[in-house]
Amino acid sequence: MAESRPAARPLSPHLQIYRWSWTMAMSIAHRATGSALYGGTLLIALWLIAAASGPAAYETAQAIAGSFLGRLVLFGYTFVLLHHMVGGLRHFVWDLGHGFDPQTRTNLAKYSVAVSGALTVLVWIIALTR
Amino acid sequence: MLSNSSMRTPLGRVRGLGSAKSGTGHFWLQRVTAVANVILTIGFLCIVLSLIGKPYGAAIATLAKPHVAILMLLFTVSGAVHMRLGMQVVIEDYIQHEGLKILAVMANTFFAIAVGAACAFALLKISFGG
Repeated sequence: MAESRPAARPLSPHLQIYRWSWTMAMSIAHRATGSALYGGTLLIALWLIAAASGPAAYETAQAIAGSFLGRLVLFGYTFVLLHHMVGGLRHFVWDLGHGFDPQTRTNLAKYSVAVSGALTVLVWIIALTR
Repeated sequence: MLSNSSMRTPLGRVRGLGSAKSGTGHFWLQRVTAVANVILTIGFLCIVLSLIGKPYGAAIATLAKPHVAILMLLFTVSGAVHMRLGMQVVIEDYIQHEGLKILAVMANTFFAIAVGAACAFALLKISFGG
């Protein structure tokens, strides 16, 4: 029987097949944070448009940003932005041909969480003490 | 050996021409904007932190300062270019249907340009709009 329909054979293994590793998690996180920042840029545009529109619109934008939900989103945005930035620095190390051995690449993945987390806390300490 | 009926050398054929006919342009521009974004993101965070608690007039006066406005313009434009390239890769990875893929890549370009233009217009209006 010549069937033109492709056989339902397994395709390349996907996420659920693999044991989670730091490098895998941070690779996914880099793409996820990049996608989140894509939407976050819209928030920057809306904030700038509010500022350009006049005092009333700016005060509204500031009130939304200063609300509990607004601060929660901004805290998340800060971490996502800094995580993507630090993850990008990790990619620069690889682009320059370094850090490919198992120990270094795992350490780089762990450091990227620690450094971006610490930078986020630092930014918010400055923000909340101003 | 690959069959090669052309007189052109393999290097001559691939130079600047991958399957997308744009060579490494996408990859390289992603890196160039990534390097720029590291510097510009740090500047952006400093500007936002300096605006906390400022009333409308003072915030506008800060955003209208040439060095602040120029940094914000560079940040939003470089960010828009970088996010367009990044999202294009995500679309090409996950959307299988060819027509839908082309539409999504086009919509991605529209979104990036619209967000970049909106930010640029708002910043210029804040600086020059009086």
